[in-house]
Amino acid sequence: MRIINLHPGRRGARLLAAAPFVTVVVLYLIASAIRLAANPDDRLLPSIGKMVAAVKLMAFTQDMATGDYLMVSDTLASLQRLGEGLAIAISIAFVVGIAVGMVPYLRRMFVPFIAAFSMVPPLAILPILFIVAGIGEAAKVTLIVIGTAPYMIRDLFMRVEEMPKAQLIKAQTLGASSWQIALRVVVPQMLPRLIDSLRLSLGPAWIYLISAEAIAAQDGLGYRIFLVRRYFAMDIIIPYVLWITLLAFLFDILLRLLQRIAFPWFAGAKSQ
Amino acid sequence: MNVIEVKDVWQIYDNRIVLERLNINIAEGSFVSIVGPSGCGKTTLLRMLMSEEHASRGSILLDGKPLSREPTVDRGVVFQRYSVFPHLTVLGNILLPLELRSSRVCGKFFGARRRSAIEDARTMLEHVGLRAAAPLYPAQLSGGMQQRLALAQALMAKPRVLLLDEPFSALDPGTRADIHVLTKRLWEETKMTIVMVTHDISEAFRLGTRVIVLERPSPDEPGKGARITHDIPVRARQTATPDKLKIA
Repeated sequence: MRIINLHPGRRGARLLAAAPFVTVVVLYLIASAIRLAANPDDRLLPSIGKMVAAVKLMAFTQDMATGDYLMVSDTLASLQRLGEGLAIAISIAFVVGIAVGMVPYLRRMFVPFIAAFSMVPPLAILPILFIVAGIGEAAKVTLIVIGTAPYMIRDLFMRVEEMPKAQLIKAQTLGASSWQIALRVVVPQMLPRLIDSLRLSLGPAWIYLISAEAIAAQDGLGYRIFLVRRYFAMDIIIPYVLWITLLAFLFDILLRLLQRIAFPWFAGAKSQ
Repeated sequence: MNVIEVKDVWQIYDNRIVLERLNINIAEGSFVSIVGPSGCGKTTLLRMLMSEEHASRGSILLDGKPLSREPTVDRGVVFQRYSVFPHLTVLGNILLPLELRSSRVCGKFFGARRRSAIEDARTMLEHVGLRAAAPLYPAQLSGGMQQRLALAQALMAKPRVLLLDEPFSALDPGTRADIHVLTKRLWEETKMTIVMVTHDISEAFRLGTRVIVLERPSPDEPGKGARITHDIPVRARQTATPDKLKIA
């Protein structure tokens, strides 16, 4: 049989999915054990026990200086920035994307500008943001907005343009005004697509968040990682990275779930 | 009385003549089928009737007045595909025309107004055999049911003329026969004027009171557009028709 026609069974599929994860963990444990056998003070590949101890210290012990649970306060600080940045980016993208997608005059006016603007590397203008907005929260949130909004706008207005023209004509023959078409035909069909767009923007948003925190912040997951890097504290860095990955993964699942529950028609319509 | 008058209409795209010298008067209450080989410009003609494109020369009148430059509620339409809204249930699709007409700001009914509109919508659904499908989304319907829904939705807006663009050509023969019966019944009950474009000649004769054939003299010659080669009266509308369908 051809390899493109061979499918694993249910259990086989699960085993296959688990295999790379297990392999990475096992490889790490072996490498860590070898290094620790040679030098018990090795910091590069700490044992699981050391990482657990570090998490206990960071997440479940009050910090002596501030009285906070550092990993908790870092997470909250980062999520707040991420949430604010993405909320602003989505609001801008939704309004601009739909308006530009629907109105030919706006399309002529803004599409080239947005295309050019989205080519600006956001990290390159981070210094400008720090100069203009200071090193407070505003600069970090703005970086996330600048990094993700142009992509979301372009994505959304292309989705609007992709809508079958027949639908817009049909709506007009049912007597809809431009406003009613936006409200009853375009917006409801764009909401689930906005979730897709947001899911794809989560990755870049984390990049900008961590970059901004690494450069100028007093708390946050990115700040902490870059702070403890000075002490080679891999026992803290690795759990933080795993935690960030887990958070990103959870958001993705939650968004997918939201899309399925809030827009039950979407999966069927997409497959047609 | 003529609902639509097509007066010496030409359609020319970049020096290629698609339609030339079309003159058609469409009488109130008639069912006009427009047939022709693919690429003869019959869909172009229909698009001009719904103001999706505009004639290069000549004019089209609706009730004696020039057509609006954009699609309006007086010309309803059913396309081959994408005629209903995928994000609305069957009931929602039928309610939409009523909501768009009466709720200019929100385009949506709430409370008592919604309940009474639902009554009307259900009557229509019953009439086209979609009562049980009311809570479903279009993607859950068969092709034939989707087109029934599209017809019902277009009728809810009470257009002056209903334009059908190959509405049944994606359906299998059995389903097509059913929907032919439905279309004919709706046409008889509403006394509506219908213009249908199709490439299926038997369909054109089965449904139409008049069949217009569009053809290009020679398919390869860009200097000559399609014209009306035959205009065949098929049957007259029967006058005594039950007026069962009442929409608020």
